[in-house]
Amino acid sequence: MSEDGHASILRADDVHKRFGRLEVLEGISLDVRRGETVCIIGPSGSGKSTFLRCINHLEKIDSGRIEVNGHLIGYRERNGQLVEDSEKNIAKQRAEIGMVFQRFNLFPHMTALGNVIEAPCRVRGIPEKQAVASGERLLARVGLEDKRDVYPGKLSGGQQQRVAIARALAMNPALMLFDEPTSALDPEVIGEVLEVMEELSREGMTMIVVTHEMGFARKAADRVVMMDEGRIIEVGPPEHFFQAPTEERTRRFLSKIL
Amino acid sequence: MLATIDWHIVWKQLFHPDSVFGRALWTTVYMAVIAQALGVVLGLVAALMRTSKVRALRILSGIYVWLLRGTPVLVQIVFIYYGTNILLGVTLIPNTLNLGAFTLDGAVFAGILALGINEGAYMREIIRAGIDAIDRGQMEAARSLGMTHGLAMRRIVLPQAARVIVPPLGNEFNNMLKTTSLVTIIGVHELFQDAEIRYSQDFKPVEYFGAVAVWYLVLTTVWTFVQAWIERRLAASERGDEVTFWERLVEAWTPVQAWARGAR
Repeated sequence: MSEDGHASILRADDVHKRFGRLEVLEGISLDVRRGETVCIIGPSGSGKSTFLRCINHLEKIDSGRIEVNGHLIGYRERNGQLVEDSEKNIAKQRAEIGMVFQRFNLFPHMTALGNVIEAPCRVRGIPEKQAVASGERLLARVGLEDKRDVYPGKLSGGQQQRVAIARALAMNPALMLFDEPTSALDPEVIGEVLEVMEELSREGMTMIVVTHEMGFARKAADRVVMMDEGRIIEVGPPEHFFQAPTEERTRRFLSKIL
Repeated sequence: MLATIDWHIVWKQLFHPDSVFGRALWTTVYMAVIAQALGVVLGLVAALMRTSKVRALRILSGIYVWLLRGTPVLVQIVFIYYGTNILLGVTLIPNTLNLGAFTLDGAVFAGILALGINEGAYMREIIRAGIDAIDRGQMEAARSLGMTHGLAMRRIVLPQAARVIVPPLGNEFNNMLKTTSLVTIIGVHELFQDAEIRYSQDFKPVEYFGAVAVWYLVLTTVWTFVQAWIERRLAASERGDEVTFWERLVEAWTPVQAWARGAR
């Protein structure tokens, strides 16, 4: 890995994944450089979310390889074969990769701050005082410093998703994965979540965002990836996508949602 | 008919019981508490074994539930008391168990063991249902943050499952308080045996068994209040809002609840 600041954070090489007979990923290869924001778009069932979940090994892959920050994810090479890594090692790798879910998945029995400091304290062993201080900073960063002692059940969807972003950021991840982060939100609160994400992108966080929000893709993405039927069919900067997409399927998809 | 009842005996058994009765009452209570605690621990272990990656553990967990739920608890009590030492060839159940500060009767020990092991099978099903009730996204979110399966269970899933588990657990303990009466068969002097002994001396079944029924009712009623308090605490931490103690009590205590509904 070179140290020129454009090093690859993610390298996915010919990733295949099947659920029973259904092949959901038919050879995905994608490199994401440090600081880049990549948006993955495509019709539902195209494998976007599955690919994202393979990156932090929430899903096993059937062949190919995924590296994050130069480390093979989920597997270990033994005699030229890939075998699944130990639970502990996989957990360690996941700690370096933040993930934001469509349905937030906040821990309902913990306050907003409790959600944010849980992993730093329990996984990294950071002293509580220190974790609280940085947790408060993170909540302020997503505009929720006044909600630190509030339980998720009392927060709006947009607020919950912003807490979820702060929770993922608390582990200082090298890479952030967003799995349709605004799809479960009411239209009027989508903006506040996208704003936080745009800000993160500007600050140089490496992000992979599965989304239907073309406005966000246009504004924040360095590259847009179009997936269909388990394959990447087109990659390019947003201008290319929204002005002159090459592929007929991309044109059809964009005409439907724009 | 009521005139033929010796109310003096009933009065004495309820309001001026002797120390022998007191010890019997205490025996019932501590047997039930320890057996239930044992049941919760065994049930939790069995529930975690059920989702283990190791196939042998999953099978073992299944056999445990199958065996213990498939045979009468009365048979299990007698079998463990008389059969364990013969079966194992070592004295696992001694005549008296010396625990330093106090001694435990061998029959009491066997009774607790049998009731606890039996209860574990039922608790496994309850705990499993509690774990299954928690959204899969919770485990995924925990793991995406770098938690191992065990840590995520302990910090994220089980605390949430507890809220689902406590109401049926309360029913189980209510049952346990009454099921302890079965250990009379191996000669433990608990509430029921105490009544039996007194009855056999002056043949007043209505008085003695009636009085002991009231004592069981007292135990289960006290427990209802304790359970309501526990549920209220769990609910408050989950929802993050304040529910008054009395609201939860009314909610939990069915007769009062029915009355309150009628009054509204």
